[in-house]
Amino acid sequence: MNPFRRLEAIALPVDRQNVDTDQIIPARFLKKPRENNFGEYLFHDLRKRADGSDNPDFVLNHAGYGGAQIVVAARNFACGSAREHAVWALYDHGIRAVISSAFSDIFQSNAVRNGLLPVVLPERVVDSMIAELAASPGAQVSIDLDSQTVTGPSGEVHYFEIDPFSRHCLREGVDELAYTLSLEEKITAFEKGLK
Amino acid sequence: MSATRTLFDRIWSSHAVFERDDGQTLLYVDRHLLHDGSAPAFEFLKQRGLAPRAPQRCFATPDHYVPTDTRDPASMHDPEKRAMADALARNSAAAGILFFGLDDRRQGIAHVVAPEQGISQPGMLIVCSDSHTSTHGAVGALAFGIGATEASHVLATQTIWQRRPKSMRVTMHGRLAPNVSAKDLILALIAKIGAGGAAGHAIEYAGDAIRSLSMEGRFTVCNMSIEAGARCGMVAPDDTTFAYLAGKPFAPQGAEWDRMLIEWRALASDAGAAFDREVSLDASRVEPMVTWGTSPEDALPISARVPDPSGQPPARRDSMTRSLEYMGLAPGTPLTEIAVDRVFIGSCTNSRIEDLRAAALIVDGRKVASRVEAWVVPGSGLVKAQAEAEGLDRIFTAAGFQWRQPGCSMCLGTNGDTVAPGARCASTSNRNFMGRQGPGARTHLMSPAMAAAAAVTGRLADVRALAGERAR
Repeated sequence: MNPFRRLEAIALPVDRQNVDTDQIIPARFLKKPRENNFGEYLFHDLRKRADGSDNPDFVLNHAGYGGAQIVVAARNFACGSAREHAVWALYDHGIRAVISSAFSDIFQSNAVRNGLLPVVLPERVVDSMIAELAASPGAQVSIDLDSQTVTGPSGEVHYFEIDPFSRHCLREGVDELAYTLSLEEKITAFEKGLK
Repeated sequence: MSATRTLFDRIWSSHAVFERDDGQTLLYVDRHLLHDGSAPAFEFLKQRGLAPRAPQRCFATPDHYVPTDTRDPASMHDPEKRAMADALARNSAAAGILFFGLDDRRQGIAHVVAPEQGISQPGMLIVCSDSHTSTHGAVGALAFGIGATEASHVLATQTIWQRRPKSMRVTMHGRLAPNVSAKDLILALIAKIGAGGAAGHAIEYAGDAIRSLSMEGRFTVCNMSIEAGARCGMVAPDDTTFAYLAGKPFAPQGAEWDRMLIEWRALASDAGAAFDREVSLDASRVEPMVTWGTSPEDALPISARVPDPSGQPPARRDSMTRSLEYMGLAPGTPLTEIAVDRVFIGSCTNSRIEDLRAAALIVDGRKVASRVEAWVVPGSGLVKAQAEAEGLDRIFTAAGFQWRQPGCSMCLGTNGDTVAPGARCASTSNRNFMGRQGPGARTHLMSPAMAAAAAVTGRLADVRALAGERAR
């Protein structure tokens, strides 16, 4: 897992509420092992038409967003299933941070365990950022995890909250397993207390 | 901090192994449910050179990729799907994990089988790499879905890191009208609070309408808590719970049962316990519900019409317009004029015996409408056997339904059971997301009785009218 400290990158606006995990990656791609590039399947059925051609209406196919590493999405992004593939699809596509006013709990947990930073900002801020990004494709957003700030395309700075433990894991590029294993004695003691 | 405690508080604190200063708590996991989508979790574990710490606390059954037309694994021609199912059998055998395979009549959807076997019990902390793990909260457990990396962490350590969610009590009052079910209650709730309305919260369902639900009904309600964004949904255990669990194969027996019963009775939230949020719903006013759009919050009483996006705030207007376009619906159309192509009675939401009985009651003596293909997919081999013992299978097949083998099936179509592009399905499952039942598939969520009514009329139909005919 790569550490996340600071990122300045093109941001892709996703102007839809309740983008669910089936839209992020349809269920038919879940049978593939992790070694696959799930980035190919990101937003697959929004991005492609039934005949396999690109859907010109979907923002990922619009000019100017190539190389985007940040997604800015309307409320309740990634609701639905527990599939970690939703995070893998974003990550493998090159996305390193997602900004929204609300995420599903499971998606947020999965994201921080894969080096993908979920940033929660007020809905008003997210919606106006989406509008700005849609109006100027290719505009950049920067995120600084140390100061917990996002700088929008017009230079406004927004502070965000993040759980300190998640921040630590993202900054250092580690997941929590090694740390938990170091608490082995506590787990064993707890188990002894069980019937 | 008040001295009163909730059901959630009690389970949380009795499972806390270690609490960090920053609020992260390491919780001990009593039951880890595994299914044929769990292969990545075992892979990650292997990559770290680790083995399951407490295989006796795990339970595995394949459900997502299994065929529902046959029990023959050789019929799984897709090598990737076959690999998922084979991996579960192999990983379970290697670790000594209790496993119900396709040749075992106890196999089925994990969220149906674990309660049915008494594996899920009050006061437990239960996880599974599936969002509908919230189902098990119906027995008075703290149960939630996790991702694959978290599942590998649970396999390795039998623990999981969590931040304490906020609490929400949903009180449902009043007596349900005839032909209104648990599914209608939960759809009405999600329509009221929204698909993200309970995000960051643990829901406790309370009130006389919840108390009078059977366990099957409570499973349905808790199951769809996740569709409101909740971390989990739970119901305090009571005599209904205990009667359901008594005698189940993996439930405590004899003196142990008596001892656990005392513990379980003490789990309920204290009178006067405070919740961060309170929501109430008058259950007596809930009508049979259907969804018209592409989010479970897009639910309306069957007596309503397809809503009109014009006049809505801009963001809502755009999303409604997109939904209606996807669903092929025009604003103002009475919901009862929407013709269906497929009917699916099944899924971890509504595939239990009571669901099949409710559907059979409507189907009995009627025929599936011409050009409608209707399926019943029981939630487990034992549900299927019970239904067959009651003659329900014959009611369904005589009407023209297909009576199939247990699995997740057309809820998400991972096993190949899908709805064709543009086709419309009346479904008892939990999600009407775009493409959920297959690319371009159009899903309307509803109760088993409502799905049965759709099957025999060929359109979304008010089950009350059909049941009324019967009563006359």
